Amino acid sequence: MSKFLAAFLSVCGLALAESPPVTAIRNARIVTVGGPVIAKGTVVIHSGLIEAVGENVAIPAGAWVIDGEGMTVYPGLIDALSTVGIPGAAPAATAGRGGGRGQTATPATTTTAAATQPAAPRAMGPEDRPQTTSWLLAADEISPSDHRIETVRSGGITTTATYPTRGIFAGQGSLLDLITAEKAGEMVVVPSLGQYISVTRAAGFGGFGSGFPGALMGYIAYIRQIYLDADHYKLVKDAYAKDPRGLERPQYDRALEGVLESKRILLPANRVIEMDRMLRLAADLKQPVILYGMREAYRPEAAPLLKKFARPVLVSLKWAEAPRDPDPEADQTLRSLSNIDQGPAAPAALQKAGVPFAFYTDGIDAPRDLVRAVKKAIDAGLAREDALRAFTLSPAEIYGVADRLGSIEKGKIANLVLTKGDIFDSNTHIETVFVDGKPYKPVAEAPPGGRGQTTEEPGEIR
Amino acid sequence: MRKLLFIALAALAPVAAETIVIENATIMTVTKGTLKGSVVIRDGKIAEVGEKVMVPQGATIIDAGGQYLIPGIIDCHSHIAVDGGVNEGSVSVSSMVDIKDVIDPEDVSIYRALAGGVTTANILHGSANAIGGKTVVLKMRWGKDAQGMIFEGALPGIKFALGENPKRAGNPPGGRGANATPVFARYPATRMGVEDVIREAFNQAKAYKAEWDAYDASAARGEHAIPPRKDLKLEALKEVLEGKRYVHAHCYRSDEILMLLRVADDYGFKIRTLQHVLEGYKVAPEILAHGAGASTFSDWWAYKIEAIDAIPYNAALMQKKGIVVSLNSDDAELMRHLNTEAAKAMKYGGVSENDALAMVTINPAKQLGIDQRVGSIEVGKDADLVIYDKHPLSDYAKVQKVLIDGTVYFDRDKAVSAAKAAAAEKQKLLDKIKQSQPRQQPARRPNG
Repeated sequence: MSKFLAAFLSVCGLALAESPPVTAIRNARIVTVGGPVIAKGTVVIHSGLIEAVGENVAIPAGAWVIDGEGMTVYPGLIDALSTVGIPGAAPAATAGRGGGRGQTATPATTTTAAATQPAAPRAMGPEDRPQTTSWLLAADEISPSDHRIETVRSGGITTTATYPTRGIFAGQGSLLDLITAEKAGEMVVVPSLGQYISVTRAAGFGGFGSGFPGALMGYIAYIRQIYLDADHYKLVKDAYAKDPRGLERPQYDRALEGVLESKRILLPANRVIEMDRMLRLAADLKQPVILYGMREAYRPEAAPLLKKFARPVLVSLKWAEAPRDPDPEADQTLRSLSNIDQGPAAPAALQKAGVPFAFYTDGIDAPRDLVRAVKKAIDAGLAREDALRAFTLSPAEIYGVADRLGSIEKGKIANLVLTKGDIFDSNTHIETVFVDGKPYKPVAEAPPGGRGQTTEEPGEIR
Repeated sequence: MRKLLFIALAALAPVAAETIVIENATIMTVTKGTLKGSVVIRDGKIAEVGEKVMVPQGATIIDAGGQYLIPGIIDCHSHIAVDGGVNEGSVSVSSMVDIKDVIDPEDVSIYRALAGGVTTANILHGSANAIGGKTVVLKMRWGKDAQGMIFEGALPGIKFALGENPKRAGNPPGGRGANATPVFARYPATRMGVEDVIREAFNQAKAYKAEWDAYDASAARGEHAIPPRKDLKLEALKEVLEGKRYVHAHCYRSDEILMLLRVADDYGFKIRTLQHVLEGYKVAPEILAHGAGASTFSDWWAYKIEAIDAIPYNAALMQKKGIVVSLNSDDAELMRHLNTEAAKAMKYGGVSENDALAMVTINPAKQLGIDQRVGSIEVGKDADLVIYDKHPLSDYAKVQKVLIDGTVYFDRDKAVSAAKAAAAEKQKLLDKIKQSQPRQQPARRPNG
């Protein structure tokens, strides 16, 4: 008994040393996002939750007190579409053929993990379920030791909507709190957010001539067929469950199980015509959809279209950029030039039109690059508070978790960022990042990839 | 460069439909002769055609003095405005895919086709498969979204293909017999195989149709049976069997043309059009007996083995036998001067001026089942019209204005001035982006 007690106490002791049961940040400027900014106030964290927030909040006895004088507390940032936590995953969730004519598309990244996968057998039609792993759940694929967790957390990201992204039906995303965990399960806030769908051939699934589908219309036909099959599958299964006598035993199909489990779908759309196409597709499929990409959302015809369908969108922070070392003879289309010039104005346009949107980092891991990318949107007309919302409360609302994440409010999860300076300023210093109430110091930045450029994508083989 | 300029023209909003009178034109109606006079357009339709017409109050007048007015050109075979590939070439039967899903309303080829007088085009899947994807008829309403391009009410189609294209896919690089591993070889590899693929697909489609017919009958009786699985691939072929979807078949040689007509007869469906049909002149009576239309090239021949027996008299010869013949482009560039393609039928085979023009207007309209709406200048039809400065069958003729549904979608004067503005806009952006670029980095170190 005493032995057990001793062991128990030592475990508690360890936990205490890591994060005291009660933490209080006082005298800090608190940007709650959900409510008004508190010029000088206190946040009390207890058992990983926000216990109290306000100007006059009593600090419980025995609390670890941080003097926040001259500092600001923000809600933890939420990356609305990420692969952080899945080691070897392609870092960027590129939204497909968004480059438009004449613009070089992002080269497909071949990750080591993908390269070592055995080649999938050649699909001869939708029945072969090509490039489909719809049953995969990010929560089951994550590794707490993925080095990217610490990198992005150092930039203030406390939560990621992490998705498997390889394939047409790549799998289901999970909402993760980026704690340093022993077991992956400790990180999971919501196990299944929805199904990640892409319409470009993923690395590891072979190149040209490797079977159905090959053309964009093949991808779309496959997506349509899957949902027809899922409807029929459910019908047959339900009938069999009701009364199996006299009925042929239905076949088990994990691809359809995965699709039926998913409560929403994510579809890629960068060009306006892709937004139109994908919104119509989702309407045909009767699936709640979130579009991701949004490169041309700055164009005047985009916002009315998105508003008409009343669906939220995820905006990639990887803005279109002028090609590095361009061929001087090469010609660029007016459209691709506009995308470079106007791309970062997309969030401001969406905000003005009242289209719900959230940011996603699209593989921009390094904190300095992230700040630079958000700054571009702010410089292009997005208010700072709206930029912050698109990284906190908006993604929480889009995923239906605003009751636990996204703002500094009593009872919500204590995901906080403590900074000296505005969170989206390049010379801001992030002091501490709290995830589930646990404090983390940011790590020193990795060597930069060069001024004015995003860093190399990890895992990229050149 | 030309491409860029035209992309900017997307911004040019078409002038909205209103009451328009086109005056003093030489009107080539195609179906009702040629006259000098005026056309009144109201609510997007042709309201009046005559030497003297009542000009409604407030109407916009277009003076076409010394100019020619013809119905909008219709291209029965085009692959423009398709996003992400025109061939789902991975399989021999790709009837599950649909061009309608991947319309690219921003393809500048639409605007250029418009500038060449084309107002309607049949957008086909490629010819990589014995049975290809579903097709769609578009009006060249440049500036509209994908849905706004679709020719409402036009029956959808499906692409079939015979001969070298469907049988060569999947063969090793370097051709058959080359010393390379035939990775992903795809059946069929012979013309016999192409026939077999089509027959096998329709065997499946018949069984599928029977399954659904049985279900529909039981549902009609009020029984609560579980419906069969909906299969997009077979669904399209079921529609062919039911006459709800037109077959547009790519073909060259007379033997394969006869083969396809026999297969269609065996399974009880119709070939709506034979596309290319370069040896059609050899089997014209059989084509006529089946009731298929023929959509061919003017004077392209011998560009591959199966085109070796093609002759430029093909269109005229088939026409003389009574087949509805159209001339198509199959090409974004050729599409811009289908009027001169039509003129070639006069040189080769002595087709009359009117019949030549019919080959790019009313005849393709008949082939696509839209001749009640377009293809000629008649009261009640859609106001899809083209104004040329010279006789439209002349090499020197230039399109001045193009109207679709009574709306001006192309205006040469505006196009010329907009091109300059677009070039200036582009240069401005280029300079701006160059200025905002960080200073050139030293070349990155090579990495593996």
